[in-house]
Amino acid sequence: MTVGLFIPCYVNQFYPQAAIATLQLLQKLGVDVVYPPRQTCCGQPMANSGFEHLTQECNDLFLENFARFDYIVAPSASCVLHVKQHLHSTEDQALADRTRSSVYELVEFLTDVLKIDALKARFPHKVGIHQSCHGLRGLYLAQMSELNAVPFSKPVQLLNMVEGLELVDLDRPDECCGFGGTFCVAEEAVSVKMGRDRVTDHVKNGAEYITSVDLSCLMHLEGILHRNKSAVKAVHIAEILNSTM
Amino acid sequence: METKTKDHAALAEAFIKDEEHVNWHDGALWWIRQKRDIASKQIPEWEALREAASQIKSNVLSNLHDYLLQFEANLIKNGITVHWASDAEEHNRIVYSILKAKEINQMIKSKSMLTEECHLNEYLAERGIDVINSDLGEYIQQLDNEPPSHIVLPCIHKRKEEIGEIFHEHLGTEKGVSDPTTLTRFARRHLRNAFITRRAALTGVNFAVAETGEYVVCTNEGNADMGAHLSDVQIASMGIEKIVPQKKHLGIFLRLLARSATGQPITIYSSHFKKPREGQEMHLILVDLGRTRQLGRPEFRESLKCIKCGACMNTCPVYRKSGGLSYHNTISGPIGAILAPNLDMKRHADLPFASTLCGSCSNVCPVKITIHDQLYQWRQVIVKEGFAANTKVLGMKAMAWTLSSPGSYARMGRAGRWVLNNIPFAINNKLNPWYKQREMPDGPKESFGEWYARNQKENGSDKK
Repeated sequence: MTVGLFIPCYVNQFYPQAAIATLQLLQKLGVDVVYPPRQTCCGQPMANSGFEHLTQECNDLFLENFARFDYIVAPSASCVLHVKQHLHSTEDQALADRTRSSVYELVEFLTDVLKIDALKARFPHKVGIHQSCHGLRGLYLAQMSELNAVPFSKPVQLLNMVEGLELVDLDRPDECCGFGGTFCVAEEAVSVKMGRDRVTDHVKNGAEYITSVDLSCLMHLEGILHRNKSAVKAVHIAEILNSTM
Repeated sequence: METKTKDHAALAEAFIKDEEHVNWHDGALWWIRQKRDIASKQIPEWEALREAASQIKSNVLSNLHDYLLQFEANLIKNGITVHWASDAEEHNRIVYSILKAKEINQMIKSKSMLTEECHLNEYLAERGIDVINSDLGEYIQQLDNEPPSHIVLPCIHKRKEEIGEIFHEHLGTEKGVSDPTTLTRFARRHLRNAFITRRAALTGVNFAVAETGEYVVCTNEGNADMGAHLSDVQIASMGIEKIVPQKKHLGIFLRLLARSATGQPITIYSSHFKKPREGQEMHLILVDLGRTRQLGRPEFRESLKCIKCGACMNTCPVYRKSGGLSYHNTISGPIGAILAPNLDMKRHADLPFASTLCGSCSNVCPVKITIHDQLYQWRQVIVKEGFAANTKVLGMKAMAWTLSSPGSYARMGRAGRWVLNNIPFAINNKLNPWYKQREMPDGPKESFGEWYARNQKENGSDKK
């Protein structure tokens, strides 16, 4: 099994430590991982802004980089969801469809494909989970609070394997943080208010770290935490799962 | 009146300035969302009910022509006069002509978002006919000369102290009185007089049963019934999508409606109207107002399944933080944002963007409208139709160009990180909306791609 490591554009530029943790974690679990160096972006920023028609070159590049792998894994639910829903090819849609179904967010790859039941990780801190909406309602990584359905959570399943980690309960366990792509600048006031309220929920309930399967949410929450000079930190779930502190 | 001067982002920013008020608004609506969660989880068949309702509405939308004709035939059989209106103007003209024929110049109206969309009150006022809204929330909004901010809770954005002020100003209650019970009793006395003296009553319609020619109006205050039962002329206005095929289907929709809207097992009054009393006239107006156009849009036709429960508003974090009036449309919130562009795409081009696409709206929707997917689709349509700002078009083209080339992307990434590290003031300034209330991420020296390449070389493995 060879995994193509898909590192979203902004993670590559701003959060290399999360990408490194993802790579190391997969390697620790015995996976053969390859990082195709010519990757850029899945095209989501344009598509969510109404410019999906400008994303064909991103699609083509994605296929060029990743179509050959058994699995494609990324530490970002949002980008994975975009590829799963919108990857198109003008020449070979069957190839695009096959690629769509090979893309996994890191957590679901660990729970559903590798089916791991133990991790050598230690993170002795109180952690609040920020459910990324695309991970939750798009990739169905956990049960959604709106539905009358049996609860489950893949991120919790993994975090429970981490020694010393204590999860905190939140007042609103799956409320959106307000990042929303270009929404975060186009609707700056609402976006920040939503983010501040999420941060407050975590802080109030004693979280030392806020973690998530999406760095886009975390980048937004971290921006607010830093501005408030808060001691609470934002950290991608891969960094916790790869941690031996 | 919906006089649009600012877009959603600007109106929301103004609403958010009073943070204590926003927190209260957010909390009030979140409390209703929680009541909805509790109510929906008390019945094991909840998700099956949603699916059934969604499918019944699919059937209605696919056979609307036949159901409407069946409904009309049964209405006529029951002694109700039927009118068809293609737009707001025609609807308002019909109401006016009914009232004029009876020389009526005062009417009482229960909650009807359709007549709000048609601006019926203003139309009639210009022609010398006075309308009183009998739903308490709509009554308050009418006194304050503001449209409803929520389809179920028209004045949810107002605190009781503000309502006390409005009552003091318009109804002469004592200054400073804000006790809800006292204020409600006062409104009740005022409305009671209107109920008794007004000869014409207009109601909305929640469900119209094609099979029997009856319609159902749901209220918690009994105000629709009070108006209708005491009137000589009873008028009902409904959008053509309000049809359900058979009476037995009401059991599904009534169970979903109240639980979704407020967490109640059923609305206090679910009144069936079928035929006029002796000496009474009953009219029903079937209104299109853009519905058939929406029905013709394959990606958006499902929006017509909406039963106007308001659950998508209560759950929407953007709605809760920005208030219904920031949507500058009668129907606000997520459902409003997918209905409004159909009516006037240019005017409402901002609304599909007033969302993070979090998807909570689609999950609470009792008829399973995929609201967030439609918001995404509307964005594509609005951009293609040319309603996006030029700066945005240029920005997106530049972004697409950069991201389509690995070389230019890597150069831009390096440049961006260099700027963050070396001249942060070039980005961290007031021209950058991100920086206004948030710090930018740190600019790491090395991207992951650079780290990976260096590591590969150092470890001697050159696997690509």
